[in-house]
Amino acid sequence: MSTANLTEQYYDLHEHAHPDGYSTTLGFWIYLMSDCLIFGMLFAVFAVLGGNLAAGPGPRDLFELPLVALNTTMLLFSSITYGFAMIAMQKGSKQGLIGWLLITLVFGLAFLSIEMYEFHHLIEEGAGPQRSAFLSAFFTLVGTHGLHVTFGAIWLVTLLFQVGKHGLTAANQRRLACLSLFWHFLDVVWIGVFTFVYLLGVLR
Amino acid sequence: MANHSHDHGHDTGFHATTKDYVIGFVLAAILTAIPFWLVMNGIIADKQTAALVVTAFAAVQVVVHMIYFLHLSGKVEGGWNVMALLFTILLVVIILSGTVWVMFHLNHNMMPVKMDGMG
Repeated sequence: MSTANLTEQYYDLHEHAHPDGYSTTLGFWIYLMSDCLIFGMLFAVFAVLGGNLAAGPGPRDLFELPLVALNTTMLLFSSITYGFAMIAMQKGSKQGLIGWLLITLVFGLAFLSIEMYEFHHLIEEGAGPQRSAFLSAFFTLVGTHGLHVTFGAIWLVTLLFQVGKHGLTAANQRRLACLSLFWHFLDVVWIGVFTFVYLLGVLR
Repeated sequence: MANHSHDHGHDTGFHATTKDYVIGFVLAAILTAIPFWLVMNGIIADKQTAALVVTAFAAVQVVVHMIYFLHLSGKVEGGWNVMALLFTILLVVIILSGTVWVMFHLNHNMMPVKMDGMG
């Protein structure tokens, strides 16, 4: 008898009605936390290797802060426009949502273009990832972030088509909420990048 | 885990307002602009101090983004996402400080006595 009671007490024995996707946001959040660990590792690698220049160019020679500031602005703008997209979604405005998503996409692509320009410029100068441990760590960290933004942009385009075709269904709203977390999370990681890689790099 | 939050059926976790986003954006813009301005114009002469100040701005900005953009609060999802975040922060702090600590000492202790000017 007592065993049965204990089991009752410690385990959830009864079926509950779980609405479709009720735990998706939490699950996605936990995925983001694991992503956070990846970036944590890459920051640690950069912290260790960032000073190993192999007699090559250092952050002060390579980084152009005005360009980084512009890039940061693009990402920050894309964050607030995504926020406005979510508010349009809450109000049930499909047109508003699509409009703000498109603006977000433009800012996201602007960010990626500037980053590609910077990478191209560095590689042309002979400061590619194979030049020194510092540059390997730099390209890995910043490149991984850029790759995330690229996938975020692809996801955003996918959801534009989804919303265009099926409208503001519960599933689409859930997907948009997940992308919102993803997008804002990437902006948080970027704070770490511009601070530790660029600003502290130039200070060093 | 006994009582799930079955009061809101299709919970997307989002009840954001324009005001939240605008406050977050303005704060984030200020917290980004100041460190860039400090470094680009070399306002703080002492590099150690400048690095600390810039890092502090970043830390505050991360919190601002968490609250105003990611809408993090202990009230949604029964506090589990805050739990997950705290655990992740703990891990990241261990990874970062542990790595830097160990590798710094490794470099220090294994430093070759003579090498042609490269570290």
